[in-house]
Amino acid sequence: MPTTVPAYGKEAAERLASMADVTATDSALRRFLHGLPGVDAVGLQARAATLGTRSIKTTAKAYAIDLAISMIDLTTLEGADTPGKVRALCAKGINPDPTDRTVPEVAAICVYGDMVATAKEALRGSGLQVAAVATAFPSGRAALPVKLADTRDAVAAGADEIDMVIDRGAFLSGRYLEVFEEIRHVKEACVRPDGSAAHLKVIFETGELQTYDNVRRASWLAMLAGADFIKTSTGKVSVNATPPVTLVLLEAVRDFRAATGVQVGVKPAGGIRTSKDAIKYLVMVNETLGEEWLTADWFRFGASSLLNDLLMQRQKLSTGRYSGPDYVTVD
Amino acid sequence: MSERLSILKTYKLYVGGKFPRSESGRVYEVTDSKGNWLANAPLASRKDARDAVTAARKAFGGWSGATAYNRGQILYRIAEMLEGRRDQFAAEVASAEGLSASKAVALVNTAIDRWVWYAGWSDKIAQIAGSANPVAGPYFNLSTPEPTGVVALIAPQDSSFLGLISVLAPAIVTGNTTVVVAAERAPLPALSLAEVLATSDLPGGVVNILSGRTPELATPLAAHQDVNAIDLAGADPALATDLETAAADNLKRVVRPHPVDWRTDPGTDRLLSFLETKTVWHPMGV
Amino acid sequence: MPVFEYAPAPESRAVVDIAPSYGLFIDGEFREAGDGKFFKTLSPSSEEVLSEVAQANAEDVDRAVKAARKAFESWSALPGAERAKYLFRIARIIQERSRELAVLESLDNGKPIRESRDADLPLVAAHFFYYAGWADKLAYAGYGADPKPLGVAGQVIPWNFPLLMLAWKIAPALATGNTVVLKPAETTPLSALFFADICRRAGLPKGVVNIVTGDGSTGAELVAHPGIDKVAFTGSTEVGKAIARTVAGTKKKVTLELGGKAANIVFDDAPIDQAVEGIISGIFFNQGHVCCAGSRLLVQESVQDELLDALKRRMRTLRVGDPLDKNTDIGAINSAEQLARIRELADAGEAEGAERWAPECELPSSGYWFAPTLFTGVTQAHRIAREEIFGPVLSVLTFRTPDEAVAKANNTPYGLSAGIWTEKGSRILSMASKLRAGVIWSNTFNKFDPASPFGGYKESGYGREGGRHGLEAYLNV
Repeated sequence: MPTTVPAYGKEAAERLASMADVTATDSALRRFLHGLPGVDAVGLQARAATLGTRSIKTTAKAYAIDLAISMIDLTTLEGADTPGKVRALCAKGINPDPTDRTVPEVAAICVYGDMVATAKEALRGSGLQVAAVATAFPSGRAALPVKLADTRDAVAAGADEIDMVIDRGAFLSGRYLEVFEEIRHVKEACVRPDGSAAHLKVIFETGELQTYDNVRRASWLAMLAGADFIKTSTGKVSVNATPPVTLVLLEAVRDFRAATGVQVGVKPAGGIRTSKDAIKYLVMVNETLGEEWLTADWFRFGASSLLNDLLMQRQKLSTGRYSGPDYVTVD
Repeated sequence: MSERLSILKTYKLYVGGKFPRSESGRVYEVTDSKGNWLANAPLASRKDARDAVTAARKAFGGWSGATAYNRGQILYRIAEMLEGRRDQFAAEVASAEGLSASKAVALVNTAIDRWVWYAGWSDKIAQIAGSANPVAGPYFNLSTPEPTGVVALIAPQDSSFLGLISVLAPAIVTGNTTVVVAAERAPLPALSLAEVLATSDLPGGVVNILSGRTPELATPLAAHQDVNAIDLAGADPALATDLETAAADNLKRVVRPHPVDWRTDPGTDRLLSFLETKTVWHPMGV
Repeated sequence: MPVFEYAPAPESRAVVDIAPSYGLFIDGEFREAGDGKFFKTLSPSSEEVLSEVAQANAEDVDRAVKAARKAFESWSALPGAERAKYLFRIARIIQERSRELAVLESLDNGKPIRESRDADLPLVAAHFFYYAGWADKLAYAGYGADPKPLGVAGQVIPWNFPLLMLAWKIAPALATGNTVVLKPAETTPLSALFFADICRRAGLPKGVVNIVTGDGSTGAELVAHPGIDKVAFTGSTEVGKAIARTVAGTKKKVTLELGGKAANIVFDDAPIDQAVEGIISGIFFNQGHVCCAGSRLLVQESVQDELLDALKRRMRTLRVGDPLDKNTDIGAINSAEQLARIRELADAGEAEGAERWAPECELPSSGYWFAPTLFTGVTQAHRIAREEIFGPVLSVLTFRTPDEAVAKANNTPYGLSAGIWTEKGSRILSMASKLRAGVIWSNTFNKFDPASPFGGYKESGYGREGGRHGLEAYLNV
């Protein structure tokens, strides 16, 4: 097995260059993606469900709750977002529970591009990242120059991470190379003048891709194009992150690292609201990928209401009594 | 004008589609019910039984793999051939069983009709013996019957033709291949049936017919590890117990002897006796 | 904490109250064995004595058969709808007490609570529900307009799924109007005795179900008893053959559900992650104490390395230990005797030149344990490729073409089950038709359902349990 390098490093680009033959033409890419092992939906769902029966108690639960908090991309993606709303969210992300300073901060604040500057300012001095959705989020329906401008704007405003959406229409009609090239261009647009780059998360909108085979192909396609993270969903359609779909992503990053040595992160997003759900995802990461992925560098939750549930569970663990929504902040 | 001197038939075994003499070269005298000599029948040995099992095993893949429609067509063809030899079989049955000509004709008619009845079952038995199973999960689940394999048939002693056909037809129509031990004292209808089978489209080895001493042939067949089932119709109670005991060594499916009026509607019991139910699961997902 | 360590998550033992001793359940009453003998039943994970159980002798068996015979008259004369209601009651009580029974089963058998809770008990209740519904519909089952029960059924069950095998035996027998004398396995008698209590709670008439505990000699007495009309046995092929000899020349109807050495065939176009799960579940479910276990992995040579890597990676995540811990994947081996047999065969595998591999895995110091084990380089000639190990030991063989896979898969005296993994539909159907086994799992493994007939070809036994087909074993057809 090749030595491991992170997807966002320089070596990763070299590793990917060695895979250039499979992405050289549309037909080569299609052959490669369609040559990936199939996914049996029922077996996949059964495996995800079984992992969901793990019983995480006491010390393990405390560990998992803090880990989950530290992995949250605390998100607001509303038409009604204002600087005030974003600042409140940032404050919450830095200090999730005002009554308990031992609570870790979340990983990032995720906003639309026009809110990046506000978030960046509000987070100054914290370790939190600013993530911006881009490329005509959530539909991805815009011309490439518009998507690239969207990305460059967010990066210029200080975004540390870019959450792009793929063109599902192109993917579903089999124009894989087009999707691949688009991701490559966005990755280039993530580069800052000093040569550093915002990390790129690639959102598939798995609810629209429908089949797990498609999800696996999209995962490989994105990783070959240089994704630093692969992400399930925008949170804006009816079916968002699910355990089985996330399991496909986890298997894909595992297999991709085995093949190339490049480590890619995973972000399920949308619909993860309870501690119980979050812990199921962590169990899945633990038993599919192991501890190397069990950090905010390699696994994130795209969520908003999840944080408060984690905080209430955390209070329950430390005090022994059940908490209530009035004992966590509503932002 | 003197009466024409008839030509006597040398009866032979039927193994693998061929008509060998007994490996041992022995014969035994077959008489009618009054003790008059009818013919010499081959006195098959345990080695003939062994050869017959080998032939039956060899034929199993092709016969069980043939379409049900094809097996039905071949069985129906056999009925057509039997129809053409009705007189011969009636005469053989009359002398073997000591029956009047009219009674023998009636038995032969019933036997041929029964053969036709069984022929029609070839592409229907799976529909009554199988099932679609509504399991509590996202799985397609289907049970279908398959032939058991090589079946040894100890043919009824009391009904040399109708009884024989009543145990043979249900075994082969579902795709099994067989080794038949003909009624010991009345083997001639069975040996003549072999001539019909040989000239039909039935692949060699699907039916193998042995004549001889029932215990001498049945015992090695019951113990044979490559025989999957045994019908003990023609075994007396003591022999049947011994055979069933020997059959346990490789867990043969056993049909025990019980009194049967071979003229009555046989139902599906014997058809179902030599079928295995196979259940296939497959997930249903996109 | 540097890593995500799962803290112990034990299921509470308090939910089950095991008495210090149990008698035989005959004619609706618990009673001591005639000669007052008892034997101990252990928890295989700790070797703790759970209880003492009566050892039934010939007289006890005779008493039970007579009670069942007496009960048969009125039970078989009940309208099917009434029998159905008793079975529905039993099913409901099992559901209500399922956590208690799951804990009991894990204690006495050693299987993980995750399995007793999520597999055994739901299937037990479902089986009674399924056959309850048949009791008043027998005329439509395809066995004639008025099929009759056989009489008294003598049933002998194994220790691998104690309560589930009881359900497979008792539910169809009662639905069709038979009465039963059941002998649970010597090492796992407790859940059957709890079931006796459930029968009383359900108001089941006395003598319809009788439970006689004991060792192999009790089972032999039951099978040989002239007063029974039907023998149903699940267990080893060796004992199955002995039973077939015992009943030779009698009128007893017999069904046998015996051993297996199933091939689990993985083609190079298989859905590989699900195939790995299927292989794992195929051989490590219930510690491999499963007659239909996929104990021979037949992998296409072109995908062998990739599959074995994935399989080993997955085996490293298996959690072996306390059966009552909700996170345990592999529990204890059921008995010292079975452990010795597994060890002997695994040692033979090594001695015959196969390569042995097991993940690093800390085994508890008391109790009977065997780490999940993989043998590569196995050929058809090795004992571990031919003999049923009945433990968490997988033998890996390879093939090059579908024909070779079929030939190797069928090259065994057994014929209980088989698995096929390929994304190609027509290949699945072709393989499924060529494999000589009673249950074919394609792109899945070890799935069970009361509606789905189960049983073997060849030396894996005869008769089917489950589904419409399962009724035949208890009807005069």
